[in-house]
Amino acid sequence: MKFDEIKKQAQSRWREIWNDQVPVILVGTATCGRAAGALEVLQAIKDTVKKQNLNCLVYEVGCMGHCYAEPLVILRKPGYPSICYGHVNPVLAENLINSFILNGDPCLEFVLGALEENDLIPSFSDFPRSKYEQRILLKNCGQINPEEIEHYIANGGYENLSKALQMKPEEIVSEIKRSKLRGLGGAGFPAGDKWDVCRRSEGEPKYLICNGDEGDPGAFMDRAILESDPHSVLEGMIIAGYAIGARHGYIYVRAEYPLAVQRVRNAIHQAEEYKLLGENILGSDFSFDIKLFQGSGAFVCGEETALIASIEGKPGIPRHRPPYPALQGLFGKPTLINNVKTLAYVPHIIKNGAEWRLQIGIGKNKGTAVFALAGKVVNTGLVEVPMGTTLRQIIFQVGGGITKGRRFKAVQIGGPSGGCLPESVLDIPIDFDSLQESGAMMGSGGMVVLDEDDCMVEVARYFLDFTQKESCGKCTLCRLGTKQMLDILEDITKGRGKMEDIETLQELAEDIKQGSLCGLGRTAPNPVLTTLRYFREEYEVHIKEGRCPALRCQPLIAYYIIPEKCARGCDACVGTCTIEAISTDKKRRIKVIDQEKCVKCNTCLAACPPQYDAVIKLSPPDRVPKSEGK
Amino acid sequence: MIQREMKEVSLTIDGKKIKAKEGEKILWVALENGIYIPNLCAIYEKMQPSASCRLCFVEVEGEDEPVTACTEPVRECMAVNTRGKIALRLARTSAELLLASHPVNCGHCLKNRSCELQKIAKHLGIKLKTKRFRKLERNLPIDESSPLFIYDPNKCVLCGKCVWVCQEKLGIGAIGFTRRGFKRMVSTFQDKPIGETTCGQCVECVKVCPVGSLVFKNDKRVE
Repeated sequence: MKFDEIKKQAQSRWREIWNDQVPVILVGTATCGRAAGALEVLQAIKDTVKKQNLNCLVYEVGCMGHCYAEPLVILRKPGYPSICYGHVNPVLAENLINSFILNGDPCLEFVLGALEENDLIPSFSDFPRSKYEQRILLKNCGQINPEEIEHYIANGGYENLSKALQMKPEEIVSEIKRSKLRGLGGAGFPAGDKWDVCRRSEGEPKYLICNGDEGDPGAFMDRAILESDPHSVLEGMIIAGYAIGARHGYIYVRAEYPLAVQRVRNAIHQAEEYKLLGENILGSDFSFDIKLFQGSGAFVCGEETALIASIEGKPGIPRHRPPYPALQGLFGKPTLINNVKTLAYVPHIIKNGAEWRLQIGIGKNKGTAVFALAGKVVNTGLVEVPMGTTLRQIIFQVGGGITKGRRFKAVQIGGPSGGCLPESVLDIPIDFDSLQESGAMMGSGGMVVLDEDDCMVEVARYFLDFTQKESCGKCTLCRLGTKQMLDILEDITKGRGKMEDIETLQELAEDIKQGSLCGLGRTAPNPVLTTLRYFREEYEVHIKEGRCPALRCQPLIAYYIIPEKCARGCDACVGTCTIEAISTDKKRRIKVIDQEKCVKCNTCLAACPPQYDAVIKLSPPDRVPKSEGK
Repeated sequence: MIQREMKEVSLTIDGKKIKAKEGEKILWVALENGIYIPNLCAIYEKMQPSASCRLCFVEVEGEDEPVTACTEPVRECMAVNTRGKIALRLARTSAELLLASHPVNCGHCLKNRSCELQKIAKHLGIKLKTKRFRKLERNLPIDESSPLFIYDPNKCVLCGKCVWVCQEKLGIGAIGFTRRGFKRMVSTFQDKPIGETTCGQCVECVKVCPVGSLVFKNDKRVE
């Protein structure tokens, strides 16, 4: 079948859905939606539709990016704009169908926004974030059913593959080069150069690998794309495969992403059915297949040489580079390995041309970047912004600022390889080079916002604990160096730190960064180096005063009940304390915490009614008045 | 010895003029010419260096960062400095880290005075009992199940020479690396005592161990 016929068929199927005759209900069932209960909502919607015997279409879509308001449901009723509702539960879902679909009341109080601009309901384009967002990779996410290849094709999908197959491979490579596409997995290596080396290198067969082993805590961009628009990644892979002359492709998805695995598997199967994969793709002489490979839970397998070893059936442990995979990769053959987002960009470049991409972004950093916004920020979720947008714009405009009116303290960007940046550098543009300079790193795009309740030493300890556990242990500096750093940080958070520890930490971090074998070791010290650079006084206070300014490090705090605030008759704290550390001082009619018994579980603080707010944390613990607590 | 490219290049190592085969790694050229560079994991026959001990850092003129001598091939007119400040700093940190997690009651060790770690410490001018780092003891059980040798994993520096000999060179595969991070160690399938595995007691692994982790039972110095 020719591509035109496939497209025609897909478009007619698409029009059956979006024809303004029948109502359509879309439910976002990516992992973020499912975690919030989207499957129950979907079931409730299906039940209601059946019960009411409604003529309407219900289908699942991926992540719309507004993860803070999950589960999300879009209702489309002829004569109305498409309306998106947030925080939908099964009861609300039933009510929405009854009120809106049956009776024409759009229930404005539950509306998040309309998809199209209209006079009736505020649309997403009126949101402050829309000024900064530019959805290219996320364009289809939450709009199409990821399990239907026809939805993708009807929205322009695989058309670029058909176009690319008419081009010469070297033309595609030079187009990618001109577009200044850089690896979006974190390191930012120019993709076109990598393609070129791989295309020219000798050895058959060549391989193409899509790296979807996203492992940073707090990062979920690749997952969202694989779950919401898997065909865009496959299309990019096929084009890349054609450009470098690869015969086989692997898509490496971590097994902890079961939904992504299922949707990618389904997408590969569908593409094969449509002859978009396999022998003589779309009637050309180009043959290419894609195998799904599931990672087995090692963070270090995101490193390209470890990933390759793992596909070869060996332990996922990095090796020295060079030789780079582009010359000697999978099974010793030339291998192109790119991140999910890098490959998903390829069809867009083929479609719009390199010049189009050069107009987005700043300096050497072109195009957009996708970030997963998480932590103490109001609008958690996925954001796609042009390179060069500032951190402040993302956190305060797109993300809506800090939750509970707290004060911003730092943003942890780039996961365990990245760093913590303070308020003073919030105005730097987000791009590979500026972030590198600030000591952080673009990384895969995880962005965790921290507020004044977060202790920076503890944050550094957390990430070191992560990298220490995930280090493969091959090279001395990473295996033993990160362990030494972790032990020092643990001592500091427990009040056992010494001033010379800071110096050791700094030296060790610099040596590990410079001397480790692979990218994991070379970036593991970044959380320590950036917190030392921007929050040194916090380390010093921990060591010199035994005080944790954020009241986070348990051994450095004590719980105390302020006698003046304690409501004499209230027994809330006494009742919740499981170890009976709180007693009533009958004489003075107040509650007192026995500091010897207290295990600092925080339950009394949570139990104390907000109107009294009598339980507080004190640091250092000896600030508790002596007469009390004994 | 494996045949490598035959073309000859001239270079200097620590100012000494040297001729070497093109493509040969700096480490082997230096050692052949009597210039010592600390190393633990390097195996000449191994085509793909493991580059894991991070001890053989040298500075090459024109390069921003020190390189590992076991992976960097020599080139025409290359100027190598094995005593560069940054290179030595990195090597010292690696060596100190190894010593900090290695029992240093050397007087009781069979490898005393023939131990590579002692040699490296001396070469780099660092003490065996490091003050900079904490002592990290692993307290793993010692395996005495073999009739011929003793395996003490606590002394192991994870150079991988025994694993390479057993797996790659001899194709036996009685031992291999297990676990991750700080817990990484050389062990047997299911951590069985070495005497109960496919190990044929060829003791090649004992011969290549640079430290006192694998030692002969009948060694004269047994207490």
